[in-house]
Amino acid sequence: MKSAVILFPGINRENDAIAALEQATGTKPTVVWHGETELPKTDIIMVPGGFSYGDYLRCGAMAAKSPIMRAVAERAKAGVTILGVCNGFQILTEAGLLPGALMRNASLKFICKNTRLKIENTNTRFTNQYKTGEVVDYPVAHHDGNFFADRETLDRLEGEGRVVLRYCDANGVVDPATNLNGSQRNIAGIINEAGNVLGMMPHPENAIDPLHGGTDGRNLFKSLVEAAS
Amino acid sequence: MSANDFNTPITPELVKEHGLNEEEYKLVLEIMGREPNINELGIFSVMWSEHCSYKSSKKWLKTLPTKADWVIQGPGENAGVIDIGDGQAAVFKMESHNHPSFIEPYQGAATGVGGIMRDVFTMGARPVANLNALRFGEPDHPKTRHLLSGVVEGIGGYGNCMGVPTIGGETNFHASYNGNILVNAMTVGLADANNIFYSAAAGIGNPVVYVGSKTGRDGIHGATMASAEFDDDSEEKRPTVQVGDPFTEKLLLEACLELMATDMIVAIQDMGAAGLTSSSFEMASKGGVGVELWLDKVPMREEGMTPYELMLSESQERMLMVLKPGCEDAAKAIFDKWELDFAVIGILTDTKRMVLKWHGEVAGDLPIDPLAEASPEYDRPWEPTPKQDRIDPSSISGKVSHVDALKTLIASPDLASRRWIWEQYDHLVMGNTIVRPGGDAGVVRVQGTNKGIAATTDCTPRYVMADPVEGGKQAVAEAYRNLVATGAKPLAITDNMNFGNPERPRIMGQFVGACQGIAEACIALDFPVVSGNVSLYNETNGVGIMPTPAIGGVGVITDLGHHATIGIKRDDSALIMIGAATGELGQSLYLKTIEGREEGAPPPVDLNAEKRAGMLVRELIELGLVRTCHDIADGGLLVAVAEMCLAGNIGADLHLPEAGSEVAWLFGEDQGRYVIATRDPDKVLNAASSANVAAVIIGQAGGDAVTIDGGAKVSLAELRDLNEGWMPSFMAEAAQ
Repeated sequence: MKSAVILFPGINRENDAIAALEQATGTKPTVVWHGETELPKTDIIMVPGGFSYGDYLRCGAMAAKSPIMRAVAERAKAGVTILGVCNGFQILTEAGLLPGALMRNASLKFICKNTRLKIENTNTRFTNQYKTGEVVDYPVAHHDGNFFADRETLDRLEGEGRVVLRYCDANGVVDPATNLNGSQRNIAGIINEAGNVLGMMPHPENAIDPLHGGTDGRNLFKSLVEAAS
Repeated sequence: MSANDFNTPITPELVKEHGLNEEEYKLVLEIMGREPNINELGIFSVMWSEHCSYKSSKKWLKTLPTKADWVIQGPGENAGVIDIGDGQAAVFKMESHNHPSFIEPYQGAATGVGGIMRDVFTMGARPVANLNALRFGEPDHPKTRHLLSGVVEGIGGYGNCMGVPTIGGETNFHASYNGNILVNAMTVGLADANNIFYSAAAGIGNPVVYVGSKTGRDGIHGATMASAEFDDDSEEKRPTVQVGDPFTEKLLLEACLELMATDMIVAIQDMGAAGLTSSSFEMASKGGVGVELWLDKVPMREEGMTPYELMLSESQERMLMVLKPGCEDAAKAIFDKWELDFAVIGILTDTKRMVLKWHGEVAGDLPIDPLAEASPEYDRPWEPTPKQDRIDPSSISGKVSHVDALKTLIASPDLASRRWIWEQYDHLVMGNTIVRPGGDAGVVRVQGTNKGIAATTDCTPRYVMADPVEGGKQAVAEAYRNLVATGAKPLAITDNMNFGNPERPRIMGQFVGACQGIAEACIALDFPVVSGNVSLYNETNGVGIMPTPAIGGVGVITDLGHHATIGIKRDDSALIMIGAATGELGQSLYLKTIEGREEGAPPPVDLNAEKRAGMLVRELIELGLVRTCHDIADGGLLVAVAEMCLAGNIGADLHLPEAGSEVAWLFGEDQGRYVIATRDPDKVLNAASSANVAAVIIGQAGGDAVTIDGGAKVSLAELRDLNEGWMPSFMAEAAQ
């Protein structure tokens, strides 16, 4: 099982991503520098979190134009599993691989805390190890996680089962009170039409060790391995 | 100031504008053997500023203990270094950015965080944890919300982008900080113990290399500003505040660590306060060499910059290095990859002089040692702070019930939850945060091991104000205690000495007393000072801050399988107080908040008892007998227990003493104490008895309320609302 982590200048959760992929696949992922134009042969590509290019422009906008993104887009088309977390999600939307946009949190503040998430669709290569409707606990750490798309897109995402994760409370209640950052319809993670690209704001890679305070994130990485093998 | 021409005549006014007094200028003339030109005058000005020269504090800083078997590098380098076993070292320091943060809170705080991280990675360490110690004016002061909000955003803005978790800190409010807030930032880094980088330049003919951001006009005279009192026009000093670029610093961090993995660096120093001047002089002075700098080669952000501006700019995210000869191209390739500037801007010489060249012409020529080493040192007159009487518990009115007092205290600005602050900091990035903010000390795992580094910042300024010696001791003891409470072995501290105008004997007396107290505690607790920073002149219109010697402590947990947190974990556990209490209410938060009295002798610190209690608690945690532990600090026993209940979401019933003042028992701030929860109280009591440490069962965990002696109670839900509610609602008012 081979995996790759894309590294843009300013990314800072690459080691967290590497640890999670290594734990799940048993092999250290290859780190690919943004300036490269080719990707190695790989089953899983992860675009990790951080502040690519400082996020001085719109979050992810600069990284989306990096040389390596052309190769990532080709692999996406070819059906390779691609996971974008946090800044990675922002980059994938800016690159047009996922619909919508991530705006500033409704509170206008950076938020770092654990949050509950409802797994809405377990029939994906990212969530096959979870139970439908299962409530999991991952941390978030972002300033711009407020998911926005027009109504038509949102309806389409819902209709096609492409809303994979939603912010909720411990009982799985999804409502404005449990909406962490102002996202449309509490959306925390979505997949593309083909189902091989997932973007999500929360950090499963920071919930893989009992010392993290929980291991709910492990099943997400286990799902990737399961789907690819 | 315009200084385009280095033939600008040196007038007495110009000398004064540069912050040099007559005596100091006489010394300048003596050292130079002639009148300095404007560039040279600027260099003397920043090198001899209080901020860079420590001229008022040196005499007393020298008295602090700095040695232990595990100390690899004490004060004097960019940061202190301690051995944490397995060939690894922890590198850390705390530094103030008070003056700039008051003038421009976001950038002031952000560049404070950037500066301290640079100090740590200059030594070859990857920063793994940030902390801070913040002081603001009283909540009602019109500027407090604006400053708090800007500082927190600035700290988060820089630290979050760098990808270094902010795992702890402390925040106080007091009217004495209305005109001078304190922003002290601390970074802990990890390095290979045998790959530490130092700043002493060596190798005549070796290239002097500049890397990082380009130099602009920001921050010129920042160090001089930080060495003077504020007045009503201080906001006009905004242009002297630097602007941070965390993205560039992240690149600089990665590029430096990549270069440090090779064998090309001889010496390295970050450009912090006083920029190129301070870094070049320090490197040359430590190495006993001379330097020729070609200032026209310095990468510049703006057109028309002068040698004066280049030497004094405090533009951020820059480093100065001496490389081995012939390594320039290989080193440059690394910085090219990270898209950072790299320029050879000079050469080491054997002249022991700093020669500044500007397009081939000499723009300045100064001896190095007399400037760096022979800077003025003052033995300022000082007077001790008069002692205050111990508060007799019988003087307490006792009009308020214990439960109401608890409710008031836990919702007060002093004790209310700081969650609003630390949730704006990424405290989880790097995936190694084991104990998050909100406990006694933050803990991060050493990547790839089962070992943890614990870190904390502590000071109780009201104690220091009342008795600088006891207050100095207490700050160190509390840092020690907070580390122990997680199960860590306390190893060393960094001190950030924030005081008023040292030219006032009363203020100088506070400084001297605090140094004495810190030194006593460091010796008794085997907890040396390895780095530090002094910030004086924290005064506005003649009113100074409370003396605030903030202590940053670092310790090691050898096995993270055995560590403790403050939250009660099981409702069948007994609560035991470790350490003795006589009921010290002087300077307590009860006295201040409930009785409206800010007075009395602060709680004395028995350093021997402190050490015995600390060793016992650590042993109990290491043995796995204790997983829940909290030190008793601000607010006393009842507040400590309430915090443990809130963190674990399990209530407790607390016994009252059979005799003596109930208020003193519940709210006294006696030092050297912990509350632990255990299901095996006999074992703990026996261990305490053999260690000659006082220990007594004070209650039982269980239920969903904090109950006093089976009677009056307050539900955890109500306590939580009170404790968590204050800061969000206080800050929400700012938006209206």
